[in-house]
Amino acid sequence: MKNLPRGTGLAGALIVLIIAASLISPHFLNPINILNVLRQVALYGILGIGMTFVILTKGIDLSVGSTVALVGVTGAVLMEQGVPIPLMVLICIAIGALVGCVNGFGVSYFRIPAFIMTLGCMVMVRGFAMMIADGGTVNPGKLADNFFVLGGGYMLGVPTPIYVFAIVCIIAAVVLSFTPFGRAIYAVGSNEEAARLSGINVPLVIFSVYIICGVLAALSGLIFLSRLSVGDPNSGLGLELEAITIAVIGGTSLFGGEGTVLGTMGGAMVLAIIANILNLAGVSPFSQQVVKGAIIVLAVLLEAGRKPRK
Amino acid sequence: MTSALALAGITKSFPGVRALKGVSFSLQPGEIRALVGENGAGKSTLMKILSGAYSADEGRIELFGEAVLDPTPAGMIARGVAVIYQELAQAPHLTVAENVLMGRLPCKGALIDWGEAKRRTMEVVDRLGFDVDPTARIGTLSIAKRQMVEIAKALARNAKIIVLDEPSAVLAQAEIDQLFRVVRQLARESGVAFVYISHRLREVFELSDTVTVLRDGTVIHNGPSNGLTTDDLIRSMVGREVGDVFPTRTPRIGEEALSAKGISTPALLKNVSIHVRKGEIVGLFGLAGAGRTELLRAIYGADPRGAGEVSINGAMASIGSPRAGITKGLGLVPEDRKTEGLFLIQSVGFNIMSASLAQIVRFGLLSLRRERKIVNGLIERLRIRTPNAAAATQNLSGGNQQKCVLARLVSAECEILLADEPTRGVDVGAKREIYDLLVELAEARGLAIVIASSELPEILGLCDRLYVLREGEVTAELDARTATEEDVMHFAALH
Repeated sequence: MKNLPRGTGLAGALIVLIIAASLISPHFLNPINILNVLRQVALYGILGIGMTFVILTKGIDLSVGSTVALVGVTGAVLMEQGVPIPLMVLICIAIGALVGCVNGFGVSYFRIPAFIMTLGCMVMVRGFAMMIADGGTVNPGKLADNFFVLGGGYMLGVPTPIYVFAIVCIIAAVVLSFTPFGRAIYAVGSNEEAARLSGINVPLVIFSVYIICGVLAALSGLIFLSRLSVGDPNSGLGLELEAITIAVIGGTSLFGGEGTVLGTMGGAMVLAIIANILNLAGVSPFSQQVVKGAIIVLAVLLEAGRKPRK
Repeated sequence: MTSALALAGITKSFPGVRALKGVSFSLQPGEIRALVGENGAGKSTLMKILSGAYSADEGRIELFGEAVLDPTPAGMIARGVAVIYQELAQAPHLTVAENVLMGRLPCKGALIDWGEAKRRTMEVVDRLGFDVDPTARIGTLSIAKRQMVEIAKALARNAKIIVLDEPSAVLAQAEIDQLFRVVRQLARESGVAFVYISHRLREVFELSDTVTVLRDGTVIHNGPSNGLTTDDLIRSMVGREVGDVFPTRTPRIGEEALSAKGISTPALLKNVSIHVRKGEIVGLFGLAGAGRTELLRAIYGADPRGAGEVSINGAMASIGSPRAGITKGLGLVPEDRKTEGLFLIQSVGFNIMSASLAQIVRFGLLSLRRERKIVNGLIERLRIRTPNAAAATQNLSGGNQQKCVLARLVSAECEILLADEPTRGVDVGAKREIYDLLVELAEARGLAIVIASSELPEILGLCDRLYVLREGEVTAELDARTATEEDVMHFAALH
């Protein structure tokens, strides 16, 4: 198994899942269901891409779910106050970037372990969301059409979030594969000391990936807000695990330096199809959590098995 | 008489390398056997097999006629094998007695019986004929005494076979004499068998009864030391005439390229000044802990400097980080390529280009076509043996990995090359190729090169000039073409 090209396992798993799903339920291959699955892929995939950047540097970002909630609540409040949509979107993206800055600053310049730093942020950011919403939910009123289209609309018969995801993936793939910055990310994740001695500004690279992750979390938060039409400080719970799972299933190594955008896209599809099968088969949401947890452990175990031992 | 130790057909492979191929020899009680060979010949692998740290893929180990089927470190110690490494594995905060009796301190009830511990320690220490306070902390002792403590520890465990890894490299002549006296006495009177690893051939003749020469993991010679000459030994170690080890030099030396003045670091370096000119190869020699690596890293900006100035091409340069060093034309081959040099999980191409990506950027994006061209050119020029540019660097042999580090610096077009142990753990053939490259860079391209090495022949064979370091200070600046090993060791050894 170790001699097969990278990604073979993932592609195989996808094919098996698609066949299994179409056997389990005749509804799976229904175009409406397929588009639903793809919308799901897009919603979580955007977070998975951000997480991939962070994990490539050997980091982790546990605060993305909370950022989704904070952005949702803030966006709803701003719309309720009549702030123009473009300005509201900019502010929300800035909030994501700010959370990323705080994470990145702590991890890169103060050398706080990423797990601890982002765990702290996860709790703090969720707290801010609660404060803004004052414990309840925020109703922004009827969404303006040009904002509703972001999460709930269609273009040429395809849900808009899929386009957004596609654009994010293309940009991310170009950055990782075709820019010096992308190379620096892989270098830092493979060997931080060697990266430093090669003249790479290691703290700046680490700082940047958390900002990228925060911005993508904010983008994802806006899509959720547009879909739910309500700002809920309890939304996005556990999304960070979803994002990590997607990245890891997609072949991103938790030890850093290994992972691709294409893999993460595949990871998002695997997870969305599994969720869809479970839904179609009428499995309860609680049992679904058990399955998802098991998948995380399995994905990490498989990855550990792939690592050469001394 | 049964052999104390008999090895038959020991073979050990690591991914990509056969470290040992069918190694066989035996050791009688009371025998002193020298084990010689170049770096990478397999000495340390063999030593780790003897200590039980590695297990052999094939072959048979017998101790006193009994086959060792499942060697473990604890098992080998219990069977009387003691391996004393060059980097002594001691607990510096513990006392001599605690080290000597480690794991077997005498107890009275639940408490340690310190009186008995001291008495037992003194017993073995007296047997070795040296003087040490059993309650002294190890960290306060000289290296020579620490080695004696290690030997005492081996004796306290009733070791019958003691493996010594280059013990003399860190000792002054008087200390070496004392060590030899102890080794001979233990061999003659107590029948302890020794495997003595050294690359000082003079010692081989002075101390050993028999010699085993390893080259590229194979035993080249096994026999009594009597009747051998130094030339015989070197020939069997390197596999060719001595003159071939280093390339011929025709130095073309120009202006001063780098000058470091009064470099000090909080931990070690004291007011060190060196300089190197364009086209010149300068050596830095010193024993372990003398400050070679620290000096190169301080100049390069990798570690903070306490004091000191660096000038490049005659102009003061403030170099506070590797990044700043690189923009001034410095390039570093780090001491440990695996932890500091390479991105092991990444491809050969990734590693080679990682310091010169600016060259292949077009409109903000990397041109993979140009990258392929540069990388393939360097792979060919440096004769890096890899299936292709996309292969993971971790699958390459040590020599080829080191060539990747060098290729990166060649591609980055650095002007001043600081090479820390550029041929450590590199096989003989690749070594010569690395020497050739360094000489070509200096002579044809006018690079200023500083080579720090613990291998004196390398410094003397390759360099134009050398500095000797001892305990963080420069003790001599010598002409490498005329200096002898004795001259250099005189300035390098601890007194």
